[in-house]
Amino acid sequence: MAQVDYSELIPNNVDLASDRRLKRALEAWHPKFMDWWCNYGPDQYQDKAVYLRTAVSVDKDGWAQFDHVRMPDYRWGIFLAENNRDEKTINFGEHKGEPVWQEVPGEYRGPLRRLIVTQGDTEPASVEQQRILAATAPSLYDMRNLFQVNVEEARHLWAMVYLLMAHFGRDGREEAEELLERRSGDPDKPRILGAFNERTPDWLSFYMFTYFTDRDGKYQLASLAESAFDPLARTCQFMLTEEAHHMFVGETGVARVIQRACDLMREHRTDDVRKFGAIDLPTIQKYVNFHFSVSEDLFGAEQSTNAANYFTQGLKGRYMEARIKDDHLLKDSPYSVTDLVDGELRQQEVPALTAINERLRDDYIADCQRGVDRWNKLIKEAGIDFEITLPHRAFHRQIGVFSGAHVTPQGKVVDAATWAAREYDWLPSPADHEYVQSLMQQVTEPGRFASWIAQPRIGINNQPIEFPYVKL
Amino acid sequence: MPTAATDTLSADADEARVIDFRTAPDRYHHWDLRIDGRIAWLGLDVDEQATIGEGYELKLNSYDLGVDIELHDAIQRLRFEHPEVGCVVVHSKNERVFCAGANIKMLGRATHAHKVNFCKFTNETRNGIEDASAGSGLGFLCAVKGSCAGGGYELALACDEIILADDGASAVSLPELPLLAVLPGTGGLTRLVDKRHVRRDRADFFCTIEEGIRGKRALDWRLVDSIVPSSAFDAAIAARAGELAAASDRPADATGVALTPLARRIEADALHYDHLDIRLDRATRLATFTLRGPLDELPGSLDEILAQGAAFWPLALMRELDDAILHLRFNEEEIGTWMFKSEGDVARVLAADALLEAHAENWFVREVCLFAQRVLKRIDVSARTLVAAVEPGSCFAGTLLELVLAADQSFMLDGGFEDDERPPADIALSAANFGRLRMVNGLTRLEARSLDDPGAVARLEALRTEPLDAARAEELGLVTFIPDDIDWEDELRILVEARAGFSPDALSGLEANIRFPGPETMESKIFARLSAWQNWIFQRPNAVGEKGALVLYGTGERPQYDKRRV
Repeated sequence: MAQVDYSELIPNNVDLASDRRLKRALEAWHPKFMDWWCNYGPDQYQDKAVYLRTAVSVDKDGWAQFDHVRMPDYRWGIFLAENNRDEKTINFGEHKGEPVWQEVPGEYRGPLRRLIVTQGDTEPASVEQQRILAATAPSLYDMRNLFQVNVEEARHLWAMVYLLMAHFGRDGREEAEELLERRSGDPDKPRILGAFNERTPDWLSFYMFTYFTDRDGKYQLASLAESAFDPLARTCQFMLTEEAHHMFVGETGVARVIQRACDLMREHRTDDVRKFGAIDLPTIQKYVNFHFSVSEDLFGAEQSTNAANYFTQGLKGRYMEARIKDDHLLKDSPYSVTDLVDGELRQQEVPALTAINERLRDDYIADCQRGVDRWNKLIKEAGIDFEITLPHRAFHRQIGVFSGAHVTPQGKVVDAATWAAREYDWLPSPADHEYVQSLMQQVTEPGRFASWIAQPRIGINNQPIEFPYVKL
Repeated sequence: MPTAATDTLSADADEARVIDFRTAPDRYHHWDLRIDGRIAWLGLDVDEQATIGEGYELKLNSYDLGVDIELHDAIQRLRFEHPEVGCVVVHSKNERVFCAGANIKMLGRATHAHKVNFCKFTNETRNGIEDASAGSGLGFLCAVKGSCAGGGYELALACDEIILADDGASAVSLPELPLLAVLPGTGGLTRLVDKRHVRRDRADFFCTIEEGIRGKRALDWRLVDSIVPSSAFDAAIAARAGELAAASDRPADATGVALTPLARRIEADALHYDHLDIRLDRATRLATFTLRGPLDELPGSLDEILAQGAAFWPLALMRELDDAILHLRFNEEEIGTWMFKSEGDVARVLAADALLEAHAENWFVREVCLFAQRVLKRIDVSARTLVAAVEPGSCFAGTLLELVLAADQSFMLDGGFEDDERPPADIALSAANFGRLRMVNGLTRLEARSLDDPGAVARLEALRTEPLDAARAEELGLVTFIPDDIDWEDELRILVEARAGFSPDALSGLEANIRFPGPETMESKIFARLSAWQNWIFQRPNAVGEKGALVLYGTGERPQYDKRRV
C-alpha cells in the first residue's frame, strides 16, 4: 500500500503527525470514508471541479480558502477552535468552577459517547439525504452551495470521528465505523434520528432542511460547545462557523423562492403563480409547517431526565450558557413549558433542570422566527398581503407530550376526523409534492436560474453570479 | 384492572384502597392478547395514565404492578383457556421501545414493603413463564425491537428465546447499577449467568454500562439468541414462532377451560370464597385460613373433569388460595402469621388426588397440577409465619397436606376435643406428595424435611393413602407438635403471640433461611439474592437516601454515595 502522508492530506490543528494512535485509527477509517463518500455522497458530479471553500486552519485567513476542487480531493480536516484561555473552568452543573476536562471522565464515558455519536450520525445522514439533488439543481450557484454543504457535513463527521477515536478507545473506533454503516432511510440500519431518515426529494425541501433542520444542528452544537469536555466544546465551536453557511443557504434559498413568487404575483396581478412555473406562497407555508415541526422533534421530549443529567454532569449546557444570568445549577428553579392536559394546551411550571430540552427549543423557535420575519419583509415590500407563520409548537409532532395529539397550526386541539379532513390544508399534499417535483429541472448555464427561483443578490466569495461555480 | 392507589404503594397516600389481582383480557390497559392459531401474540402497549398508584406516568412502556397483574393473568389464561397455543410471542406495540423496565418514579415513591412485594410478584410471574415452558410445553419467544432495558430485558430473559432487531438502535441492557444504584430485581443477574451462560466477565461489563449492547456483540455474548435485520424481523419472528408452536406437545384440537371470575367477599376482618374462608385477628396479627375439601361428588371421568372446568375442586380451591395470598401480601401487611386449617373428608381429597394422578397426561389436569405447585411455592416464599393446625374434621391429605409440610411449625391435635363427637383427625399421603409439588429449590417438601435420612421418603411412600393419626404423624416426622385438647388452645396462642412480638424483619429472614434446605436452583437463587442483596440495597442511603440514586432519578441532580464498601 502506498504511503499516505496523512498530516498533509488532513489539515488539522490537533498535531496528527505525532499522535500515533490517532493516526493509525484514521488510516483504517479513511479508506472506508472515501468509499462511503463515493458511493453515498453526491451522485454523478464527483469528477467535476467545484468552487469550494476549504478550511486549512482555524485562523482568519485559513478557515475559508476558495478554489475549484474535485470533491474527492477535498481536504477534510480536523479542527478545534483555538484554546483562547489557559485556565478554562466549567460553566454549569455539578462541576461548575472546576477546570474543564481534557480527557473523558470514566464516569461519563457512556453518555458522552452517546451524545457525540448522535450528533455525528446526523452529518453523513444529511449528505445521503441530499445525494441526488444535483441532478435537478436550479443553477450552478445552487449546485455549488449544495456541494459545499455536503463536504462540510462530511467534515463535521470527521470532527466527531476525531473525538471518538482520540478519546473513546476501541468502542470509539467501532462507533466511527458504524457512522459509515448506518444509512438514511434504510429500514434495516436507519440513521438514529427520525428527521434524518426522511427524504429530501426536491430543492424547496433542501432549503427548508438547511433552514430548519440545520438550525437544530446549530443549537445542538451550541449547547455541546458549552461542554465541560473541552475537546468536544472546541470542536463544536469551530463547526458552528460552517453551520452558519448552511443556514444562509436555507434562508436565502427560501427567500429567493418567495421573491420569485412575489415578482410574478406583482407582474401578472395574480395569486396563481403556478401557471408561470413558480411555487405559490400557500405551498411554501405548508413546507414551512412540515419542516419546522419535524425539526422541533429533534430537541426531544419537553421534560427529559437525560437532558437534566447531561446538564448536571456538565456534558451539555444551554444555548449561550455563560450569558444566562442565573446560578447555572438550576436545582430549584422553575421553567414554564406547554403541556397537554385533558386535551387542552396549558402552560405548566416544571423544574428547569428537566426542561432543558424545552428551553433550547424555545431559543430555536425564536431564532427561526427571525428569518421568517425577513421573508415576510420581502413579501410586504412586494406589496402583497400574505404572511408566513411558524405553526404552533404542538402542531404535527411525533416526539414528546404532543405526539399522538391532533393540533392545528394555530394551536387548537382537534379530533382525528378534523385532522384527517384538513391535513393537506396544513401539510404538503401528494399533489403539492408532485407539483414541486415537476419544477425540478436542472439548469446548468452559468448565470441562469430555474423558473421558480430568483437569482441571488451576490455571488460566492464576491464572484459574479454567472461565475462557473461548477465546471461541468 | 386495579386503578386505585393503595396505602401500601406510596408512603403519602392517605386513603387505603385495595389492590385487586383479578382481571381479564377485556379489561387490560397495557397488553394486547391476540390468538392466531397455535401462536399467541402478547403485545406490550402500556397506557401511561393507567397507573396503580399516583404521582407517576408509565412512559416508554415501563411497568408497575398493574401492568404485571395483567401479564400474570394473560399467561394464566393462555395456559387454561388456550390449550391450542404452542408458542407465545412477547413483543412491543411501541415502535421505539420494547420495554424500559419497572417505572423508576414509581419505585422512587414506593414504600420499601411495596417494592419488595412488587419484585416478588414480578419474579413469580417470570418464573411462571419458565414453568409454562418447562412444564406445559408452551414456548415463549421474545421479539425485541427498540430499547429493552432493565426489567424489560429481564422479561426477555424469562422467555425461551430472544430475537433482537439488528437495526443499529435496538439494544438490551441492565442499567440498574450505573443508573439507579440498585440491582436488576427480577432475576436478571442470575439468568444471565445461570440460564444463558453469559461469561461472568462479560456479564460484569454488560451490567455496568447504561446503554447496553446491540447487534452482533449481543449475539456473540449470548445476550440474545439471534439478530435479524428490521426488514426481515416480522417474518423471522413469525417463522420461529411457528417452529416453536409445532414443537409443542399442547393439543391443537382441545377446547380451553374458561377461568370464570372469582367470587370474593371482603369484610372488615374476613375474606370469603366458595372453598376458603379467612378470618383476621388484628390484635394478634393472625389470619386463619379454613380450606374446604370437595363439597360434592368428584367427577367420574376425564370428560366430566373437563366439563366442570374452573369449578373442578382442585382448580377452584387453588385459584381462591392464590388470590387470597396475593391479597394478604399486598393489602394486609401487618397480618404476620397465616394459620392453615381445613374442613372436609380426607378420603375425598385423596380421591381428587387420585383423579389427577390417573389423568396426569391430559393437558388440563397437567395445568391444574402445575398451578397447585405454583400456588404452594408462592406460599413458601411469602414473608409470613406459616402455621398449620390439624383438628378433627380436617382433610389435610395429599395436596392439602403440603400446607402442613410447608408450615414453619405444625400442630396436630392428639385425640379429640371435649364435647366434640367427631373422630380424631387423620392426615394422609398421596402421590402428590412425592414429586408433583416441588419447592423452588427442586425438592419435595417431604425431601426437604428428611435430609438426614435418605431412606425416609421411600418408607413414607409405602404408606400412601393410609390414615395417619397424630402419634403416627409425629413419629414419621410429618408434624411438629401434637398437643392434646387440654394444651391445644394454649400452645397455639403462645406461638401466635410470640410471633406477634418478634421483629417482623428478623422473622422473615429466619423463615426464608430455614425453609429451603438442600440444593439451590436458579429459582431459589433468584429469591434468595433478591431478599439478601436487592432488599438490602433498597434500604441503603445510596439508593433511597435523600441524595440516593433512586430518589434523585429524573430530577437531573446527581446522587451522592457513601464511598465505603460494606
